[in-house]
Amino acid sequence: MSGVRLLVGTRKGAFILTSDGKRERWEVSGPHFAGWEMYHLKGSPADPNRLYASQTSGWFGQIIQRSDDGGKTWTQPGTPPGERTTPEGTPKAESNKFVYDTSAETGKPLTTHQFYDGTQHPWEFKRVWHLEPSLHDPDTVYAGIEDAALFRSKDGGKNWQELSGLRGHGTGPKWQPGAGGMCLHTIVLDPSNPQRIYVAISAAGAFRSDDAGKTWLPINRGLKSQYIPNPEAEVGHCVHRIAMHRSKPGVLFMQKHWDVMRSENAGELWQEVSGNLPTDFGFVIDVHAHEPETIYVVPIKSDSEHFPPDGKLRVYRSRSGGNEWEALTKGLPQKDCYVNVLRDAMAVDSLDKCGVYFGTTGGQVYGSADAGDNWTPIVRDLPAVLSVEAQTLP
Amino acid sequence: MIRVVLPPHLRGLAHVAGEVQVEIHGAVTQRSVVDAIEATYPMLRGTIRDHVTQQRRPFLRFFACEEDLSHESPDAPLPEAVVSGKEPLLIVGAIAGG
Repeated sequence: MSGVRLLVGTRKGAFILTSDGKRERWEVSGPHFAGWEMYHLKGSPADPNRLYASQTSGWFGQIIQRSDDGGKTWTQPGTPPGERTTPEGTPKAESNKFVYDTSAETGKPLTTHQFYDGTQHPWEFKRVWHLEPSLHDPDTVYAGIEDAALFRSKDGGKNWQELSGLRGHGTGPKWQPGAGGMCLHTIVLDPSNPQRIYVAISAAGAFRSDDAGKTWLPINRGLKSQYIPNPEAEVGHCVHRIAMHRSKPGVLFMQKHWDVMRSENAGELWQEVSGNLPTDFGFVIDVHAHEPETIYVVPIKSDSEHFPPDGKLRVYRSRSGGNEWEALTKGLPQKDCYVNVLRDAMAVDSLDKCGVYFGTTGGQVYGSADAGDNWTPIVRDLPAVLSVEAQTLP
Repeated sequence: MIRVVLPPHLRGLAHVAGEVQVEIHGAVTQRSVVDAIEATYPMLRGTIRDHVTQQRRPFLRFFACEEDLSHESPDAPLPEAVVSGKEPLLIVGAIAGG
């Protein structure tokens, strides 16, 4: 019987929640990597037992973990104790080494970006925000990092190389950190075109590559951000999340700092679809597994008040690809709720009916086994949830 | 053998409990000790000092014999009590909330 596995990253460890296809009873495994910030975990679409995890700490830096058995055991790729080098004397792997590529042959000069105070500041690696495994190869995985850049590993996470065309696009001096840092947090791979990759950066905006990551195009036309000097600038927008349905890869949905947006043409032009939302600030956005025009957001009151309006935790669903939204409240707290739902903390499964899941900064993970009509808390008391990913298991 | 006490997070990462011991050939310095730790426990590469700059990570401190050695040169000899194995080198995470 099919089942669902949820990969939950929190401020103090990772948790794996599993259920059969009914999605009524859940087993909780964890904390894995207790005490570490687990920004993101994600499974390979080509091999669901291959999982990647970003483990990070302000004290000890960045660690990449990999599981080949669905999360039962984990290793840092290629670094067994006592086996530092190959016979030639070079390290077997450097899975936690993310170094910007400044080589003359393949890289770009390490330039500067705009800092909070408007001065220019050099790029400095801080952490991996998001891991996106290839749709086809379990050993290929992309990493979105802070300060914003895109890395790729083609050997199962053992070694990482920057796709430096993005950082070196030329607009870098105009990129600036959002409140969470200058992070590349969204990576979307086009299932119909292996050359096409979308990324989003806070606060630079959305970018698209049509040559597998060599060169990049800002795709921010139509965005309007009142908090930057030129609200319609080419870059500088604080994009929070982009989502796509695999059957319509040219249609993109975006939750921006403020505004929910939609593009019909692979990001060439965006149109606002906030419609009747109570507030169009928020972080997450996702698409129903079987209905490409059904999308979900969780409105948050404002950029300074990161909690639901009126203390009511409501998921909003649009069945028309935006503009017309309905509040989904059954099973969610409708008073005194002041949690946030962060950008990577919503996911869907591909069962019928579609399961929808999200985690909160209050440590709850809510699930709906009927596309959002009814919700139940799967767990209530985890550390603050940073990310939720769903795997549909055979 | 040089005795080293790692912070709990790094002990977990290296799958060790308690002190670790490393053998140093030549001068016993912060650099040579961290080199030996990284050679024995390659999963700790980058966690004590930065991959690129080789600088001690800012929220880590080095102590030995009740002295803060964090701002000594990484190539300065460690105290004789550490060299002889009488005292451990302590690698300590800064107390900064979290």
